[in-house]
Amino acid sequence: MQALTKRKKEVSRKPMSFMESLYIPAILKGMGITFRHIFTKNPTIRYPEQKRPFSPVFRGLHVLNRDEAGRERCTACGLCAVACPAEAITMEAAERVKGEESKYREEKYAAKYEINMLRCIFCGLCEDACPKDAIYLSETVAPANFTRKGFIYGKEDLLIPNRNVELEEYAEAIGESRRRKY
Amino acid sequence: MTLLAFDWLLLIEKLILIAIIVFASLGIALYTTFAERKVAALLQDRPGPERAGPFGLFQPFADGLKLITKEEIIPGSASKGLFILGPGLAMTAALMTCSVIPWSSHVELFDRKIDLQIADINIGILYIFGVVSLGVYGIMIGGWASNNKFSLMAALRGASQAISYELAMGLSLIAVLMIAGSLSLKSIVDQQMAAGHLWNIAYQPLGFLIFFICALAECNRTPFDLPEAENELNFGYHQEYSSMKLGFYLFSEYINMIMSSAVMACLFFGGYDIPFLDESKLAVNTAAILGVLALLTKIVVFIFVFMWIRWTVPRFRYDQLMNVGWKKLIPLALFNMLLTGAIILWQQS
Repeated sequence: MQALTKRKKEVSRKPMSFMESLYIPAILKGMGITFRHIFTKNPTIRYPEQKRPFSPVFRGLHVLNRDEAGRERCTACGLCAVACPAEAITMEAAERVKGEESKYREEKYAAKYEINMLRCIFCGLCEDACPKDAIYLSETVAPANFTRKGFIYGKEDLLIPNRNVELEEYAEAIGESRRRKY
Repeated sequence: MTLLAFDWLLLIEKLILIAIIVFASLGIALYTTFAERKVAALLQDRPGPERAGPFGLFQPFADGLKLITKEEIIPGSASKGLFILGPGLAMTAALMTCSVIPWSSHVELFDRKIDLQIADINIGILYIFGVVSLGVYGIMIGGWASNNKFSLMAALRGASQAISYELAMGLSLIAVLMIAGSLSLKSIVDQQMAAGHLWNIAYQPLGFLIFFICALAECNRTPFDLPEAENELNFGYHQEYSSMKLGFYLFSEYINMIMSSAVMACLFFGGYDIPFLDESKLAVNTAAILGVLALLTKIVVFIFVFMWIRWTVPRFRYDQLMNVGWKKLIPLALFNMLLTGAIILWQQS
């Protein structure tokens, strides 16, 4: 039969010689290999203290964004909830009243915005669907929790800190590799 | 009241020695479990346990605590008496071996000459063989009493393996005994320490190799850990055991490992002998302490090799195990024995 690849190897069916049947040379060879591994650097990342850098396109926890003036961008249009294949997003819209112009960018805003992190599959379709650049997936991983309720993230968990007021929190939230300009 | 004509101080001295040796070997076994995990990690490019205490040094205590606080389960269909006897027997047999090992020469305390050996019996090595073969009963009884087919299979494997490898072990030992002319471990060690004598490994490299392989098999260590083949037998002969009974089985394995390392060090590597150093020129107590350290170093090296092999080699198949034991090691051991005998005869004539 013609070989499909050039990697074909003839298997030797020769009976083992006495030395081979003692397995000792083969075992010594293997021990040499494992001994070399004592001196190799181990690639372990000691997780809670040490964190692995993610690439800028990593899809982690969601962030609800603000504009330059620190106003919430989300208008509660519901496109993210429609786009979500796991149906993890729910929201309630509310109308902006007079005097709230500095809090919300447009006339309508999300009074309630919840993402169930147990349902979420971190596909990023909400990010794609959003016409207002209001939601994006950050570089952090959803932390563990003791209850199911703890995985339902509300607006207070998702909303990015106001860059004009809470400078430090904002810097932390935006992550080390700043990839968003707003 | 007059006491019988009996050296009561000797009794006290021996009891203290027994306590020290038993607790020391338990302590070493405790840290051998830790070392096992660390060595495995080293060989596999991992850091190993490092969270409990500095460098993970409290890990064995955490493990022990976990084992002790677990629920003790005796299966309803198990033979209760034997089920409890099994781990006890395994542990006792493992600990009993240490009584004839010469840990060092002797110390002089309170005008007494105290031998650092519990009993220098003139059939020391035979005694060790006897006790080690008792250890198989621990496995057999545990496997049988569990009333579980996997445990029974594992116990059968353990027994057949121990029997086949004990033969080759004994045969390889005979060559050493022919050189030494004594069965007492102390005199075997003393002979290797004597001026003009090399360690037995120099005269018996093949014998040592066979003995070492058989020791691996006797300790049920990889590549001979068929009684504990997880993927074939779930867990092996101690499958039904939980809590400290399981702990005893696992522990006795480590103690066996330490003891067989000690026996190998005594038989082939000069026991408490320090190479290139004349101990008789030192003060008695210093020499004794250095001797203990030398023996411990040798034991540690052996244990490392045991672990190194474990984390390198996969398990033998059952037929391979029997082939190696009966068709390879026994003829080799016989050949070694004949060769040694011929050389000794030739030298005498």
